[in-house]
Amino acid sequence: MQNAAEPRHFRRTVVQGQATSRKQPSMFNANKVREGLIALAFLAPSLLGISIFFLVPFADTIRRSFYDVRVVNFIGLESYSSVINNTAFRLAAANTAKFVAVCVPLLLLISLTTALLLRSIKPLGRIFKTSFLLPMAVPVASIVLLWQAMFNYGGIANGVLVWLGFTPIDFMATSSAFWVLIFTYLWKNNGYNMVLWLAGLDGISETLYEAARVDGANSFQAFRYITMPCLLPTVGIVTILSLLNSFKVFREAYLVAGAYPESDSIYLLQHLFNNWFQNLDISRLSAAAAMLAAVLLGIILLMRRTLDVDE
Amino acid sequence: MWTNKIIHILKFIPLTLLAFLVWWVLWFMVMGSLMSLEELTGTIGAAISGEGGYSSWPLLPAWPTLQPIAELLLDTPQFFVMFWNTFKLVIPSLVGQLVFAAPAAWALSRFRFRGRKLLVTVYIALMLLPFQVTMVPNFIVIDRLGLMDSIWAVILPFAFSAFPVFIMLRGFDAIPRALLEAAAIDGAGAFRTFWQIGLPLGVPSILAAIVLGFLEIWGAVEQPMTFLKTPSNWPLSLFLPQIVAEELGFAMTASLFMLLPAALFFFFGQKYLELGIQSAGVKE
Repeated sequence: MQNAAEPRHFRRTVVQGQATSRKQPSMFNANKVREGLIALAFLAPSLLGISIFFLVPFADTIRRSFYDVRVVNFIGLESYSSVINNTAFRLAAANTAKFVAVCVPLLLLISLTTALLLRSIKPLGRIFKTSFLLPMAVPVASIVLLWQAMFNYGGIANGVLVWLGFTPIDFMATSSAFWVLIFTYLWKNNGYNMVLWLAGLDGISETLYEAARVDGANSFQAFRYITMPCLLPTVGIVTILSLLNSFKVFREAYLVAGAYPESDSIYLLQHLFNNWFQNLDISRLSAAAAMLAAVLLGIILLMRRTLDVDE
Repeated sequence: MWTNKIIHILKFIPLTLLAFLVWWVLWFMVMGSLMSLEELTGTIGAAISGEGGYSSWPLLPAWPTLQPIAELLLDTPQFFVMFWNTFKLVIPSLVGQLVFAAPAAWALSRFRFRGRKLLVTVYIALMLLPFQVTMVPNFIVIDRLGLMDSIWAVILPFAFSAFPVFIMLRGFDAIPRALLEAAAIDGAGAFRTFWQIGLPLGVPSILAAIVLGFLEIWGAVEQPMTFLKTPSNWPLSLFLPQIVAEELGFAMTASLFMLLPAALFFFFGQKYLELGIQSAGVKE
């Protein structure tokens, strides 16, 4: 994160705006304290805010997950077992897991392909790049109408299918809804991931490829033995960000299909959280949020560790 | 040699197909806004009302008309209320992000103190957790402060978002040390160094945070849906999906006009948008 080549004492000098003698330990400590205080002054407003709105209430959320709804009686792990045994939770968790397991690898593959193709056609690359990024700027609410016009039973997609002589599909009421949602996720996030891949690809030194070319490697070999290993660290961060962006498909699913979608296949954890919130089922919601946080932080830590090992 | 040329041309096929999927959406919205209500009902009415038949979409409207757009802009004060509601959420949130995130990012980037690494990890974790995890914590505080159903219930959590801190941290890290050295020689204090060197040189990352923040908050659905109960406070993102079934023409033009501010930010800020995405991706 920070520039490792930069000697530590230099920063202190800069911060204080005066020369520092490294030979005097007492000075050294006093400066360190002073630097910490200045840093605290800069950080205070933000720290106060995240403590009030996120950190402290998160601790309270975990506490509440062990109490009943009125936060009076300690009920231990009851909320947790109630969540785990809840049929709606199981359905939602299974759907979410399936969604992530399908959409993340698909997105990684498609966006990497897009990035590689884009790099190899330099002159028109700019226009394509803009095109692929554009979905990021399209608010979900703006495409609700288009979605319905496309995928409702009497929609354009079925119009085309019928015209081609196929039987129409009830996209929103059957398990096809799941694939429509996958498609939306890919459509929305391809550009975002492409930029991450491009940054990773730009970080690979050109001299490696030149050396390989001199040694007579073809472009496939160059990809296999240079591009792939060098991209490994990027894979970790792209996976984490893709996973977290996958939670945002709730917007599309909810705005188009409502709180209880006609098709069970797109009833996700996000729907469940929202519905429990509407019913003010705070104990179970707290337990579910604690578990979701634990799973996600676990995945992030795991991915981070693989990154560190590669270094 | 000609095989290489063919391969080169073949590469355009998948890229063009993908680009088509994006441009089709914009084409749909622009052309739909130029259609009279009769034509719109004739083309996609079947999908929205569910009454027999299938929808189709013409390449161009049969009789293009500016009437739907004129109606939206002149006859529907309701639309402007929702449009303005959205800005009332976006602007204070972005101002808050700048005021709180910039100094915090500067401290994390330029000072070395105990607990710095831990703090950076906390910010990263907060940045990566989805709304569903922070929903209950936010609700507990908002409820305690009596802010439920007020616009501050949406603004404050956005204002303290960890995301801009992270982006600006990356930007400040990239400032060459020689400049800070010069400031130190000139005797600039910590606050002057931040104000006169840090902020001006951090502008690209600050803009990146603004562009990404704008797109995020402009289209936000979960937060206003959870914390705003009174429909008169609603932003466009909640209002729009409700009117699709009843007022097709209105929904069409309103969709386009909701997209416009985001599209403007995108076209003028694409460079910074990319920078913002990259700063999340570059390895620590």
